[in-house]
Amino acid sequence: MTLALEQTLNGIQFGVMLFLLAAGLTLIFGVMRIINLAHGAFYMIGAYGAALVGERSGSFALAALAGLAAAALAGLIIEFVVIRRLYARDHVQQVLATFGVILLVNEGTTILFGRQPLYLPIPGILSGTVQIIPGVPYPAYRVAIIAAGLLVAIGLSLFINKTRIGMLVRAGSTHRDMVRALGVNIRLLYTLVFGLGALLAGLGGILAAPLLAVQVGMGEQILILTFVVVVVGGVGSIRGAFVGAMVVGVTDTLLRAFLPMVLHRVMTVSQADALGAGLSSMGIYLVMALVLLIRPQGLVRAPG
Amino acid sequence: MRVWSLPLLLLGIALAGLAASAVCAQQPVRIGLITTLSGPAGYLGADIRDGFLLAAEMEGGKLGGVPVQVLVEDDGFKPGQGKQIADKFLKSEKIKLFTGIVFSNIVGATVPDILDAGAIYVSPNAAPSNFSGKDCNKNYYVVSWQNDSLHESAGQNATNLGYKRAFILAPNYQAGKDALAGFKRYFKGEIVGELYTRLDQTDYAPEMAQIRAAKPDVVFQFHPGGLGISFMRQYQQAGLLGTIPMVVAAPSMDTTILKAIGDAAIGVNVSSQWNLDFDNEANKKFVAAWQKKFGPERLPTFYASQGYDTALAIGAGLKGVNGDLSNSDAFRTAMLKADFHSVRGAFKFGNNQHPIQDWYAMRVEKGADGKPFIKTIGKIMSNHGDAYAKECKL
Repeated sequence: MTLALEQTLNGIQFGVMLFLLAAGLTLIFGVMRIINLAHGAFYMIGAYGAALVGERSGSFALAALAGLAAAALAGLIIEFVVIRRLYARDHVQQVLATFGVILLVNEGTTILFGRQPLYLPIPGILSGTVQIIPGVPYPAYRVAIIAAGLLVAIGLSLFINKTRIGMLVRAGSTHRDMVRALGVNIRLLYTLVFGLGALLAGLGGILAAPLLAVQVGMGEQILILTFVVVVVGGVGSIRGAFVGAMVVGVTDTLLRAFLPMVLHRVMTVSQADALGAGLSSMGIYLVMALVLLIRPQGLVRAPG
Repeated sequence: MRVWSLPLLLLGIALAGLAASAVCAQQPVRIGLITTLSGPAGYLGADIRDGFLLAAEMEGGKLGGVPVQVLVEDDGFKPGQGKQIADKFLKSEKIKLFTGIVFSNIVGATVPDILDAGAIYVSPNAAPSNFSGKDCNKNYYVVSWQNDSLHESAGQNATNLGYKRAFILAPNYQAGKDALAGFKRYFKGEIVGELYTRLDQTDYAPEMAQIRAAKPDVVFQFHPGGLGISFMRQYQQAGLLGTIPMVVAAPSMDTTILKAIGDAAIGVNVSSQWNLDFDNEANKKFVAAWQKKFGPERLPTFYASQGYDTALAIGAGLKGVNGDLSNSDAFRTAMLKADFHSVRGAFKFGNNQHPIQDWYAMRVEKGADGKPFIKTIGKIMSNHGDAYAKECKL
């Protein structure tokens, strides 16, 4: 029983990570109608910024600030240079352009920092374990990630629903031309939304850095799942991103954890684990297919 | 004009031919070194390459008295890329001697092409079980260890240390399967859990939960390179490193992983065929030369020792045929004599051209300077070959 609880906690932690990325992606697509394939690049830039500063300074707080600054800066630069020219274009051209950005960022990082992975140490206070489930010492750092993610979710929700800028964002996602006709500086709004999305992705990268290795290409691995989350949750809705991320995160983790055990009974361990890994990665896409069949606009409808 | 220009032309061609053959006699033997230089496991290939090149450098650009030219290429941890590089080396560069591959899945894609073309492959690291038994080949030599036997030493170590219930994990590819098979062959206790992770996996939280639920006495894991660093860090973060002891083979605790993990690794049991503190003459010479070239911050891993030994082994082979690779049977006779001083001590080739060697138990302990290091404790096995030698028809 504690195993199932611990795996569920792992799933929630993974879901929170996905949420940070999906929130930004869903805003960018919802408000700006841009398919941003380069979203994973901000995740990686945030992680690299944090790892490089963390190595030199030894302070996680400084590293986090550096990572956020790097991701936000990268977001602004890419928005100014590339994305601005894509607002009026169709989705295929957006995909091509942002795919080019991925290649550029990946190769640039390799040239600047080499191919060896970087590691960011966990801040001292969080390196122990916490017994959230009695009898299970769960890594304190993962609990901190869940807490951070939930804080961001609440903060974003307040921002979107209770502030004036949030209102503009919501309006811009459903009635873009009307907002423009009302005299709002839509360009500035887009830049803000893009920057916010990049910042959230960068935060995801910073939180992931102590757990996983910081290396070139880390963004692409998580980007595919992020797209699945956005589709499952509903485009343009932060709440949808949260629900989708939880569904995808928990489903993926529980399938990965328990499907091989079930298969162990009927085949050899190596075959069972290989088949289990394959089926559980398929599981997410089955969920997405189901959602598209039953509720194609996503589990949560966008506000508007 | 036309009458005496023809003889002049013929004379010119003959002279050119003589010059070419004279140059050919001094041509260095070209060795193709295909290895993994990028990604989290890039330091494995870099160490193999640097150990190999160091041996050639120490002999002034020669191995066994024969001048060599080593062409190094990165397979990027992709079997398709390794295969492409081998094809290029075979067809355009006409190379007949290959070495370098770190990972068993790349061996599977690359080595068959090399052997089918009649060229020779000497492995400094990966030695999957299929090539050590019925698919053994007279042009395929291994200088490091057969995959299973590396982990058989860990299984024997765990048995010697008195553990009764083990949880074992490895990535799901040939070397991972060999690892778990090898451990199980020599571990006399009960296996309470067996898991295969993915080669591209970075988050081991679900596996940690399962280890905790199974309550083993000891955990055995094989995760080389960057995978090992991620696994150990998360094992420590999950609070397991202090509570459930770990027994591993050398790839899961090399000096680079140790540097990344630090003091938390103290107490981990390691088994290997080589360690930095071996005090035979060849090893002392190797370590001194390495530290002189690369400085005190970069310690050689056992991959570096294997790259160095492979170069010496190839040197012994080349010396026996005076650099002439056209007769691979003569080269084979020379190679199998193993007429070189290995940095690990005793070394000879078995009938399947894989090593027969001693295995040692080690533990991570705190050094006099306060930093953790891997200390050799004792011998686990002597003159140990591998489980597949009898299936090989050589």
